[in-house]
Formats: sequence, C-alpha cells, structure tokens
Amino acid sequence: MTLNADIPASPYADLTPPLTAVQALAESNRCLFCYDAACVRACPTGIDIPSFIRSIATGNLKGAATTILSENIMGGTCARVCPTETLCEQACVRNTAEERPVAIGRLQRHATDHLFARKGPHPFARAEATGKRVAVVGAGPAGLSCAHRLASLGHEVTVYEAKPKSGGLNEYGLAPYKMADDFAQREVAFILEVGGITVEHGRRLGADLSLETLRAEFDAVFLGVGLGGNNRLNIPGEERDGVENATAFIERVRQATPDVPVAVGRSVVVIGGGNTAVDAAIQAKRLGAEDVTLVYRRGRGQMGATAWEQELAQTNGVVLKTFAAPVAIDATGITLERTRLEDGKLVMTGERYSLPADMVLKAVGQTLAREALDGLALSGGKIVIDDDHRTSLDKVYAGGDCVASGEDLTVQSVQDGKLAALAIHRHLTA
Amino acid sequence: MADLRSTIAGIRSPNPFWLASAPPTDKLTNVVRAFQAGWGGVVWKTLGEDPPVVNVSSRYGAHLDNERKLIGLNNIELISDRPLEVNLQEIIQVKRDWPDRAMVVSLMARIEEEAWAGLARRIAATGAVDGLELNLGCPHGMCERGMGSAIGQVPDMVEQVTRWVKNATNLPVIVKLTPNITNILWSAEAAKRGGADAVSLINTVNSIVAVDLDAMAPTPVVDGKGSHGGYCGPAVKPIALNMVAEIARNPDTAGLPVSGIGGVTTWRDAAEFLALGATNVQVCTAAMTFGFKIVEDMINGLSNWMDDKGYANLDQLSGRAVRNVVNWNDLNMNFSTKAVIDPALCIDCGRCHIVCEDTSHQAIRIDQGEGRRIFTVVNEECVGCNLCSHVCPVPDCITMQPEENGLPYMTWPEDPRNPMRAAAE
Repeated sequence: MTLNADIPASPYADLTPPLTAVQALAESNRCLFCYDAACVRACPTGIDIPSFIRSIATGNLKGAATTILSENIMGGTCARVCPTETLCEQACVRNTAEERPVAIGRLQRHATDHLFARKGPHPFARAEATGKRVAVVGAGPAGLSCAHRLASLGHEVTVYEAKPKSGGLNEYGLAPYKMADDFAQREVAFILEVGGITVEHGRRLGADLSLETLRAEFDAVFLGVGLGGNNRLNIPGEERDGVENATAFIERVRQATPDVPVAVGRSVVVIGGGNTAVDAAIQAKRLGAEDVTLVYRRGRGQMGATAWEQELAQTNGVVLKTFAAPVAIDATGITLERTRLEDGKLVMTGERYSLPADMVLKAVGQTLAREALDGLALSGGKIVIDDDHRTSLDKVYAGGDCVASGEDLTVQSVQDGKLAALAIHRHLTA
Repeated sequence: MADLRSTIAGIRSPNPFWLASAPPTDKLTNVVRAFQAGWGGVVWKTLGEDPPVVNVSSRYGAHLDNERKLIGLNNIELISDRPLEVNLQEIIQVKRDWPDRAMVVSLMARIEEEAWAGLARRIAATGAVDGLELNLGCPHGMCERGMGSAIGQVPDMVEQVTRWVKNATNLPVIVKLTPNITNILWSAEAAKRGGADAVSLINTVNSIVAVDLDAMAPTPVVDGKGSHGGYCGPAVKPIALNMVAEIARNPDTAGLPVSGIGGVTTWRDAAEFLALGATNVQVCTAAMTFGFKIVEDMINGLSNWMDDKGYANLDQLSGRAVRNVVNWNDLNMNFSTKAVIDPALCIDCGRCHIVCEDTSHQAIRIDQGEGRRIFTVVNEECVGCNLCSHVCPVPDCITMQPEENGLPYMTWPEDPRNPMRAAAE
C-alpha cells in the first residue's frame, strides 16, 4: 500500500467536519428568516429552513431537529450528502448580496446531530393503529421514508430488504467520508424507533417474494427498489482483474472494518462524471492511491457532479480529465480517445493516448433490474407512476431511484417515500 | 482637520471622549492605559468616605443578542472599594504625568452637608482635579444606604447636595443625573438651582438584565440570589438621547452644559449626543466590551465626518439638532412620505412584505418576476411608517421619499380633523 504524507488520519473520517457551536451560532445568525423563502422552495422535501435555523440561533436545537425531520426523516443523511449548492443554498438570498449562502446543510447536520446524541424520548409518536398493513420493498431512503410515514399514521409496515443491512445507498452507496461513524445505521435505528415497522432482511423481489403475493397479502405495496444494475462500458478488457463498478467498490469500502481498509491501486482511473464517480475517486485517494484520475467523455459543464463536488475532488488530489472516452483496458492501463462536442453531440477524434492504471472504477450509470417487475409499466427504464406515486398495478406504489420523479438524489427518494405514504394513507382511510 | 478640543464647565480636554465613572476608571493602572490609548479625560470612579465599601463576587450581567453581541450590561458593583487616600495619591500621580487630560473625580456621600463638603474638600486639596461629578444616580446597593439614586430621585436633595459641594470648593461641579425618575427636567432644574456648572446623564437604568433559568435567579447570580442593578450600554442610548434633548430644549435648562452618557459606542453615537446639545460624551460599556483602543476610531471617525460636513469645531456641531426636536403637536400633518423599493438592490428575502402584511398596512405587493419576486409598494395603502425600510437587510434598498403635495405646514392643533380645534378657536 502506498504511503502518502497527506493521507488523512483515517480514510473513513468526515471530509467536511461538523460545525462547532460557535460556527453554528455565527452561521445561523446570517439567516434572514425570509418570507416564503426561496431555500424552502428549492428543497425537494420542503423543510422549513428559516424556522429550523432560527431555532438553532435561539438555542432550541431539539426544535430545529424536529422541524427538519418532520418533513425529511433522513434529514441527517441529507445534511451530509445533499448537493446543497444546487438546491437550498443556491436559492439562498445571501448569494445575491454577498455571494456566500448560509451554510444550510451544515446547520441541518448541527441540529440533527444534536438530536441523535440525545437521551430523550423520540420526537414523533404513532397515531392510533388503523389495522391496515403495507408492504415496502427496499429499505433504502424511499422505502424507509415511506415506512416511517405510514407507521406514524398508524399503519403496520413490513419492509423487505435483500441486503443484510437497512439503509440502501446510505449504507452501501455513499462514500464513508460523507457518512462517518456508522451514521446510516444510527439513522435507521432512529427511524425504526417510532414503532410499527418490521424489517425482514434477505428477502428479494423475484427470489422469495413476488408482487402478486404481496398484493394479495397486504392492503398496499410500495416499491423502493432502487437501481440494481450497472451500465457497462462495452470495451475490450472490461472483464480484467482490477476493473470494478464504482458502486461495488464503495460498497466494499463501506462494509470493510476501519482497521482493515480496502486496498486500492497505485494508479486509479475512475470513469464517469456523476457523484458516484467523485465519491469513488476521492475515497480511493483517501485510501492511499498515489494518482487518481477521473475520466469523463464530455466537459465539466456536462458532468452530473456539481461544480462543488468537482472542486472537492480536485482539492483532494483527484485529476479531472475531460473529453476523454475509454476505448480499451489492458495490463498496463487504459486507452482513451479524445472527444469533442459538435452542436452538443459527442464526436470521437481518433486521437488516442494511454494512462497507466492498476485499478479502474466504472461509474457510468445504473439501471433498473427489471426481472421481478412483471406487469408494471416502465418507461425510459424506470417504473411509471402517476401524481400519487401509483404504478400501473392496483395497490402498488413506487418511488425513489426506480421511478422517474426527478434527480437521483437521496432527498428526492425521501420525498417520494413520504408523498407515496400520504397517498397510500388517503387511499386506505378513504 | 476638525478641531476636537473640548471645554465643558471650564474643564478642557484634547477631545470630547471621556471615560465615565465606572470600573475602567477605578485606579491608576487603568486610567494610565486609557490616556495612553488617547482618551481625552476620565471621571474617576466614585469616591466615598472611609472605610471603603466591600463589593460582592460576581458583579455584571449582560443582555446579549442571539449572536452574543453585547446590547447592554448591568452591574451591581458599588463605589470605589479602596481607601480614599490611595485613590487620591494615584489621582495626583496621574494628573502630574498627564496634565493635558481632564481629571474629574466622582464622589458620593450621606445626605449630610459635612459629609459631602468634607469629601469635596479632601479631593480638591490634591490640587490635581479639574472638576467634581456628584454621583446621585446609582440605582443599586448605595441607594439602600440612602445614597446614589435615593438622593437623585428627590429634586430638593439634588439641589441641596449641589449647593453644599459648590460652596465647599472652587472646582466646577457636574451633577450626574439618574434616569430612574418620571421627568428628567425636575432633577436637571434642581441641579441648576443648586449652582451646577453642568449635568451629566444618564446614570444607569434600574434593571434586572436577565434571569438564569437554571439557577432561577436574576443575573449576576451571587450564591443563588440576584439583585436589581444598573443597566447601561447600546440599549440605553435612546433613553439617554431623549433626556439630553429634553434638557437642551427646555427654556429653564437650555444652556446648562451637558456631558452625554449612555451607550456611546461609536463616533456616530457621539455625534448624535453632541447634535442634541451635549458638549462632550462619557463612555463606559464600549470600553468594557472592546478595550480602550476603540477611542481611536471615535476620534478620527468624528473628525472625518465633521470635515465632510464642514464643522470646524465642536461648538459648531453641538446642539445643531435641538431646534428640530419638537412636540408631536408641532409636527406637520400634511407631510406624506412613501416607501420606495429599489428592485436592483432587492435580494428577494420578502421581509418587507411579511412585516407590512402581518403587522402593518398590507402595502407591499408581490409580483412574480423572472426567477424572482418583485416587491412593490402600494402607495394608496402606504402610510410612510418606515417599518419596511428598517427590516430590510440591504442598506438603501428601501428608501422613504416625501410626496410633493403642495400643502402648507399644518399642525394637529390647526388640523380641521382635530375635534378639539373648534374649542380652541
């Protein structure tokens, strides 16, 4: 393993540290308590941001956290992983005056961390039992958000999860430097604490579960199955040792114990332009890779990762190489071909060059695993839903990355789960 | 460069910024540091008869805003707790080393002539003192012993004590007034009758500054209990400005020199006190918040502003706003001003709208613009109250613009809408 002087103390530690009490005080007082605030309108879950920040400023951290979690039960994760620079913080009016928004994400973490460290009672209580039973498939952000809202409304929820742990991408798909100290599991425990939710692990749709059975046994079904498949590069050498999907790499890193960190190559090339590519690249660097290069076919303006994420990669020692398409992988590294955009269309130039690489991570998008979704209408590779998150099958709802509800963001999945739960509740109590 | 030299009641100082009688002027070490920093003068912390008082542990409470900015300070400290002779020897030494700075000494005694006169004579005998300030104002502790505000709240006693001290020495006498009264003019007039050369105001405001919600006791907490104390700092400035103006525009006290005290934190605060008739200002809380160095900006800020405005010296500035302080009944009922919002400066926070909508006159309309909201004042509903301009976070984004209506100046007594007008005619 490469030893670098600038490797962080722990590759699993927070990259963005929590605010200190003094920082939170100063930052919360920058909020103007706008009327009908732009930040709220920019938040997919509609958190009442001015109210929670005011509560921080007045020393009411529990109230702040409750305000956040009442709209977004995964407010703790979202505080860590949301691209706030394109959501609430982009809308903050402090940008107009000072070109520096209020640090909403970090304040949200300050408030929710306080609640998670508490010894007091759970801030939410369940409504009286309705006697209705709902099945949720997938214990990721969409599924758990839906389950929590349904349970709060008095319904009995069974969550089926294929993997051994709950949390979905929060547990398996986000870089550890964003989710330090086992936060995903602490959040899951908090969500389940409300009661009325049973999680069954090792249960997979298409294996020991079928939509048909679930529809027969439950009053409603919610699908939050995420995207199980990975896109392929379809280039020679893709099957070689040392070539891996970035999602699988992150999952290995996340599930490794900190005492035995995952080994990485000396020269790592990450292919892709989204947040998963950035997560994998930075994490590889933090694990000791000497050179990490993120390769993307188009320009920085077309990357899925936000400008902030791109800069984060650069300041953490990742080299961004744009307008480069992978054409082959061999024993020494990867061959790339220069590209350019003509009228928005990608054009190959024929000009090729090589980068040494002993590890190649592919982050070129994920796809819906369709195997067990017989009978559901799909469009563009995603499950079709209506305004109430209903699929084409009676009693079956869906949300999160497996539907086309918006961007593939944790916060969007949480909102999907919440809205679907409210729709299911309306249907079950009509 | 504007001339900042100042003279009040014959007492000269190189600038109008004095440190008020308070902890910062308690002893030689502090006062020398103040003079090194550039302060024009001090009022030495109040001296009393021996034996000296004994102070309690824990003495200050604070009124902080959400950002921990200090808005106000309160104290339960008594007068100097050091022997009289120690103080006097230090005063002699400081004056010898800093002859150009004003050295005024505050004193307090029982309501007996010999107590006041004897103390005044001992202080005067140092030969190092430019003037005396009578502490008739402390609202805590000393008043329970019949001193401080217990005297200052009774105009006859104010007059009596002033006369005793005036008769005892030849030093100029400044009478420090307490704001804890119903009408500041009664004590100001009493001081003038007693022969005061000047008044200084305000002393601290009687207060409970905060409650410690764990101890369930007022702050500062002294072994589980608290007492009311004297409140000062930026929050009391408006109270002080009004009282200074009342004295300046009252025919019976007009011309009585005033040393302005109460929340002076910046050169701008000082300019406001001067404009309302003060001859100089005294500062305590600002120094106790930031240290003595703040006087540098006070001095050059006031000087630069005076240069910009064309005031050559303090006399040209002092009292310039007094003629514009009138009773409500002398205001122009025909005047109309309207808020105007500059969309180029607006940052789209919506605060003007919501405060007008919730708490005022529903006079700010929202229209959806391109990617942002446009806020517009509905002139028919706007009464010119200014609230929107005060809550707007952007300077000069909302301005108040007077309407040209061609109507004459008309006071309420002259206004046909006044039901009492007919009776008056």
